[in-house]
Amino acid sequence: MMSRLSWPTALRVPGRVWVIGAPWFWLALFFILPFLFVLKISLSEAVLAQPPYLDWVREVEDGMVLIQLNFGNYLMLWEDSLYLAALWGSFKVAAISTLICLLIGYPMAYAIALAPNHWRMPLLMLIILPFWTSFLIRVYAWMGILKDNGLINQVLMGMGLISEPLQILHTPVAVYIGVVYSYLPFLVLPLYATLIRLDNTLLEAAADLGCRPWKQFLTITLPQSVPGILAGSMLVFIPVMGEFVIPDLLGGPDTLMIGKLMWTEFFSNKDWPLASALASVLLVVLIIPFVLMRHYEQKTADNLG
Amino acid sequence: MPQHRPAPNDNPWAASDEEPIVRVENVTKTFGNTYAVDDISLNIHRGEFFSLLGASGCGKTTLLRMLGGFETPTSGRIFIDGQDVTHVPPYERPINMMFQSYALFPHMTVAQNIAFGLKQDRMPSLHIRERVSEMMALVQIEKLANRKPHQLSGGQRQRVALARALAKHPKILLLDEPLGALDKKLREQTQFELVNIQERLGITFIVVTHDQEEAMTMSSRIALMHEGRIEQVDTPRRMYEFPISRYAAGFIGSVNLFHGHVVEHNNDMVLIRSDEAGADLLVHHSQPLLSGMEITVAVRPEKIIVREQRNDEPNHLHGVIQEIAYLGDVSIYHIELASGKRVQFTQSNVQALAEQPLTWGQEVALSWNPYSCGVLSQ
Repeated sequence: MMSRLSWPTALRVPGRVWVIGAPWFWLALFFILPFLFVLKISLSEAVLAQPPYLDWVREVEDGMVLIQLNFGNYLMLWEDSLYLAALWGSFKVAAISTLICLLIGYPMAYAIALAPNHWRMPLLMLIILPFWTSFLIRVYAWMGILKDNGLINQVLMGMGLISEPLQILHTPVAVYIGVVYSYLPFLVLPLYATLIRLDNTLLEAAADLGCRPWKQFLTITLPQSVPGILAGSMLVFIPVMGEFVIPDLLGGPDTLMIGKLMWTEFFSNKDWPLASALASVLLVVLIIPFVLMRHYEQKTADNLG
Repeated sequence: MPQHRPAPNDNPWAASDEEPIVRVENVTKTFGNTYAVDDISLNIHRGEFFSLLGASGCGKTTLLRMLGGFETPTSGRIFIDGQDVTHVPPYERPINMMFQSYALFPHMTVAQNIAFGLKQDRMPSLHIRERVSEMMALVQIEKLANRKPHQLSGGQRQRVALARALAKHPKILLLDEPLGALDKKLREQTQFELVNIQERLGITFIVVTHDQEEAMTMSSRIALMHEGRIEQVDTPRRMYEFPISRYAAGFIGSVNLFHGHVVEHNNDMVLIRSDEAGADLLVHHSQPLLSGMEITVAVRPEKIIVREQRNDEPNHLHGVIQEIAYLGDVSIYHIELASGKRVQFTQSNVQALAEQPLTWGQEVALSWNPYSCGVLSQ
């Protein structure tokens, strides 16, 4: 009789461990480990060499190891106003774009959620469809639309509203247009998922108790959609904070954003340690809203039992 | 079945010349090609505990939702307290509703839920607080004021929903399957509580239910609905004793039906010949009936009495006991007649161990009083 091949008992792992372990392994390999590299580089000194930094753990002579940490990069970020300004610039663009996305996206998500059944799928497809084209191509397309002899200026001049082309491309306005356009779906989709789940009888109950439609929205729908608003806003705010392509292509020389600055430090200035310090700071800054949201989610989850 | 009101022989609302608080005039509601509600007219009077009873899909909920303003009739009109409200939105109707799912606002506490309607009326906050604690006392949930709905049991939620719907002192309270989500014990207890609250506040209650026992227990009148139409509107007692159709007779309680034709009709007594019953049947009936007319006689199982001897007078049947179901308080017997027709009758188990209990295969003679049965023409 053949015995079934199996792991020795000591090596057998319950399936649960695999299920939880797989994403953790992924996270460790592709996020935590690279981040530790970045952290390590941020504590070293820049040199003109290949790679362009000095490892802070090095063997000096016969077994002697020298550890030389360099916090100067972080100090530099603090002292040179350029970096704080860039951080502030990114924050401003991210915050304002998130707000604009909310103002445009909430009505969109709500309209789709309220639409008749057979309309919902086509409308959602329209939101998702742009993803089928490369992000980069879509941003380039906006350059074509916004430039001096682009679509917008031609139409406006054709209608006789302006005689000189408006300078839109390479201004903050262009950055906002590009960011809002690109990130809107990330806000609409989670918000739609929240709104579609809301219980319609709650609105009927509110109406029954004398609440008019507009107030029904404010007192019932809006408070109940907060989880969706938060999730969607995070999905816009966090990547826009580090956004590089849009400010680089659509923004002007005065568009100061941290992603662009990082690129400059890495590739133009070859100052890897400084760029790494910048990246580390950005990560820490971005973890704050994320932790706050997790906290809130936990609270609402408790609330809804 | 418990009766909380003195049971009147006649419908006390039939003679009322007061303007009914709800007047439904020829209301029809269609969804696509289906008639959810088909040309219903109905008067409900002030202070009634009125039930819309029927199987699922009979249109009772649609009718209730039209009263609440959540659906607009395809045709016909609805008057509340003399005012045409057919096209008035829910938030402008002097009506409140308790929803089947309770529809409590999950992001608000119990007190905030109850205060919601009052806030819409811009009532001063001092009065709101007073009214809210008054309502919480009424349904005995004072201690739950600061809980959120998810922290409540099903029975507690039901009470919050009731308090919220009553807080504005509406002229009419609509209740959609108010006890549907409660377990049996709690449901029976709550039935009486609902009736007490209704009597104390004097608000007209209109209840949708599929549970005939619930409707019988609580209502002053019942409208039995079937396929979008009203089959019969009557007091629980008249509904049970004098159903007007086979559907009504069968929906509430059990019934034995015998088909036959009218032989003669005089002095308010109808003699009916029924091959199914294997005997002539005598029924008290005051409306004139033509000889030869096809008709059905309805006899409730508890109205049938067991006789010792065979007898060939009218209303005497003979058969063999086929099935016995012992339910504790009563036993149900199934008798097969010579025609093959089965008759059901019940007997209270008065004695713990009767000396000569009826048993399987035994031949029995059954009879009933001509005043304890009815004829159905539809």
